[in-house]
Amino acid sequence: MATKNAPPAIETNLAPAKPPFWNDPEKRALLFQILLVVGIFVFFAYIFSNTLYNLEKRGINTGFGFLSSPAGFGIAQTLIPYTEADSFATTFVVGLLNTLLVAVLGIFLATILGFTIGIARLSKNWLVSRIAMTYIEIFRNIPLLLQILFWYRAIVPMLPGPRQSQALGDTVFLNNRGLFLPKPIGEPGFGWTLIAFAVAVLGVFLLKRWARLRQENTGQQFPVFWTSVGLLIGLPGLVFLLTGSPLTWELPALKGFNFQGGISIIPELGALLLALTIYTAAFIAEIVRSGIQSVYKGQTEAAAALGLRPNRALQLVIIPQAMRVIIPQLTSQYLNLTKNSSLGVAIGYPDLVAVFAGTALNQSGQAVEIIFMTMLVYLVISLVISGLMNWYNQRMALVER
Amino acid sequence: MAIIVQSPSPSLPPPANTTGLMGWMRQNLFSTVGNSLLTVVLFVGIVSLLIPLVQWAFIDADWVGTTRDDCKSGGACWVFVNVHFQQFMYGLYPEAERWRVSLVAVILVITLAALMIPKIPGKKYIGIFALFFFPIVAFYLLVGNRFGLPHVETNLWGGLMLTLVIAIVGIVAALPLGILLALGRRSKMPIVRSVCIAFIEIWRGVPLITVLFMSSVMLPLFLPEGMDFDKLLRALVGITLFQSAYMAEVIRGGLQAIPKGQYEAASALGLNYWQSMYKVILPQALKMVIPGIVNTFISLFKDTSLVLIIGLFDLLAIVQAAFSNPKWLGFAVEGYVFAALVFWIFCFSMSRYSQHLEHKLRTTH
Repeated sequence: MATKNAPPAIETNLAPAKPPFWNDPEKRALLFQILLVVGIFVFFAYIFSNTLYNLEKRGINTGFGFLSSPAGFGIAQTLIPYTEADSFATTFVVGLLNTLLVAVLGIFLATILGFTIGIARLSKNWLVSRIAMTYIEIFRNIPLLLQILFWYRAIVPMLPGPRQSQALGDTVFLNNRGLFLPKPIGEPGFGWTLIAFAVAVLGVFLLKRWARLRQENTGQQFPVFWTSVGLLIGLPGLVFLLTGSPLTWELPALKGFNFQGGISIIPELGALLLALTIYTAAFIAEIVRSGIQSVYKGQTEAAAALGLRPNRALQLVIIPQAMRVIIPQLTSQYLNLTKNSSLGVAIGYPDLVAVFAGTALNQSGQAVEIIFMTMLVYLVISLVISGLMNWYNQRMALVER
Repeated sequence: MAIIVQSPSPSLPPPANTTGLMGWMRQNLFSTVGNSLLTVVLFVGIVSLLIPLVQWAFIDADWVGTTRDDCKSGGACWVFVNVHFQQFMYGLYPEAERWRVSLVAVILVITLAALMIPKIPGKKYIGIFALFFFPIVAFYLLVGNRFGLPHVETNLWGGLMLTLVIAIVGIVAALPLGILLALGRRSKMPIVRSVCIAFIEIWRGVPLITVLFMSSVMLPLFLPEGMDFDKLLRALVGITLFQSAYMAEVIRGGLQAIPKGQYEAASALGLNYWQSMYKVILPQALKMVIPGIVNTFISLFKDTSLVLIIGLFDLLAIVQAAFSNPKWLGFAVEGYVFAALVFWIFCFSMSRYSQHLEHKLRTTH
C-alpha cells in the first residue's frame, strides 16, 4: 500500500528497466524448449520402462538376436532362394524384395496408364475425354483396399481352374492359380547380346551429346531419335543373330494340378498389382492433366509463332514446362503407391508387412523390434525418394535472371 | 444507273453442319478421319460393355426376397444387400438401440447442412456446437451407460456407422493437433521446430497399416500394467496421430500463404504470439485450407477401410463377413459393388463440395 502511493523515485538511469526473465522472449523460448526436451525425455522414458516391464513379464527377450534364429514358415513367393530353415533376417529380405517388386512394377504400369488417361482427358474428342473423366472419378473415389479385395476375392475365384485355363496359344495361361508366362533362358553366348545392348546405350548417350554440341555450334540438327532407336534395336539384334540366337523360351506346361515352368504370377500379386495400377493411374491422370493445363496458352501460341509444328511445340515447349509441375506430385504418388503396397497383407501377398510384421511377428513375438524395422524401411524409402525429388526440383527450378 | 438497296438483305442461317447437334458432333466427335474412327470404335466398345452390365445389374437382377433361393433370374442378387442392409449400416449394434445411432446421424446431417448452406445465420455457434458439443452428445448416445441408456460395447459397433465414427473422430481430433504441429513447424525455436518436423515426417513416411499394427500390438506394451484400451480406441489413437501429420502439412500451406504484413500488423497492434495466431492468422489460414481439409477427410474416409485388417468391422469388413456366411456364399461381387457404391457416393460428393469451396474461396483476381 505504502509503496503504491509513494511518489516515484527519480530515475537517474534512463535506459528501460530490464524486464523480468519471464517476459524476455529469448529466455522464455529457451525455457520452453528445455521443458519440451525434458517432457519428451520423460515421456519416452516412461514408455520405455513400461515396455521393458511388460516384455519381461511376458518372457520376451529384447534385442535383435531373434534375426538369426530359424523362421520356420514357408513363403508363397520368393525372389531369392528361401526355405523354412532360413532365419528371420532372410524373411525380412524376402519380404522387402517382394514389396520392392510390386512397387516397381506398379509404378511402371501406373505411369503408362496414368499418362495415357491424363492425355486422353485433354483430348478434343468429346467421347475420349468423357471416358477418361469417368475412369478417374470412379476409381479414385473407391478405397484401394476395396479394389484389391474385389479383384482377389470376387474376380479371381471366377477364373477357370488350371485344366480349363484361358490360353493364348501355347505360351500364356490364365487361371485361378495365377498367370503363367514363358520365361526367357539365356544360353552360353547370350552375354554378348547384353554387352552389345550396353554398348548401344552408351552410344546413344554419346550421340546425344555430340548432336547437341553440333547444333549449338553449327545450327544443324541431327535425327537423334531415329538413330537411337536403330542403334538400340539394331546392334543387340545383329550380335544376337551372329552368335546364333542363343535364347530359348521355357514354356509353362500343365503338370498334375498346376502349371510348371515359365514365369508364374501368383493371383495375390496379380490382384494387388491390378488394383494399385488402376487406383494410382487415376491420380496420375489428374496430375498430368493439371500439369499440362498449368502451362499458359501463350506458350503454345508463342511456339506456333516461332514456326514450330504442334508436335514439336508439345515436345519442346509444353512438356518441359508441364513436367516441372508434374514431377513433384508424381513422386508423391510413387511414394503413396509404395506405401499402399502394404495393403497386400489383406489378401496374403507376401510383402514386408505380411511376412515380417505379420507372420514373423506372430512367430517370434518380437513386436517392438519388428514394427520398428518395418517402419524404418518405409521411412528410409520415403526419405530417399523425397531427397531425390528435392535434388531434381533444384535442378529443374526456374532460373530467374 | 445505280441500284441502291435500302435495307440490308437478311442474314442467311448458318450452315446446317456447324450448329446444333450436327455441328457439335462434327466438331467434337468427327473432326478428322482418325477422330471419327476412334469415336466409332470407342462407342462400340462402351455399348458392348454397358449392355451386359445393365442387364446384370438391373434387368436380370432380383430385388426382393428373404433367402438366396429368391435369386433365380441369373443377374445380380440384390436380395443379399436387401436382407443385410440394417447390418451393413449398424453392424451388430443391438436392434432395440439402433435409434440412438440414427439420432446421432440425424443431428450430424442437420448440423452439417446448417454449416454448408450459406444463408443460415449463426455459423459461429453452429461450428462451436459441431466441434465441441456434438462429439459429447454423440459419445453418450452411442456408448450409453448414462442417462438411462444401456451400455453398448464398441465391439458391437460396425458397418457404415463405424466407418463414419472412425473418420469423423479421426478428423476432429487431428485438427487441433495438426494446428499445433503446423505452428510448431514454423516456430522460430529450433528444438520445437525439429521436434515437429520429425513427428510430421515420421508419420507421413510410414504406411497407415503399420501404424494400425503398431497401435494394436505395441500400444498395450507401452502402457502400465492393467491399463488397457479397447480395440477401437487403440485404432483411433493411431489414426489420429497419423492424420494429424497430414493435417499439419495442409495447415502449413495455409499459414505460408498468409502475407507477412498480416503477422507484422498483428504484432504492431500489440498482440502476443497466441493472440495474433488466434485472432488474426489462423482464422484466415484455416478458411483458406478448408478444401485441403476436405480432401484430407476424403482420403481418411477411404483409409478407414484398413481397420478390417486389425479386426474391426467397418462397412467393408461387415460386407465381407456377410458373404462369407455359408448361407450367402458366392455373392462377393454384389457385396463389393454395394460397398463401393456407398464409399463412392460419400467421396464423390465430398470432392465436388471441396471443388465448389475452392471456387468460392478463390480471392485472387
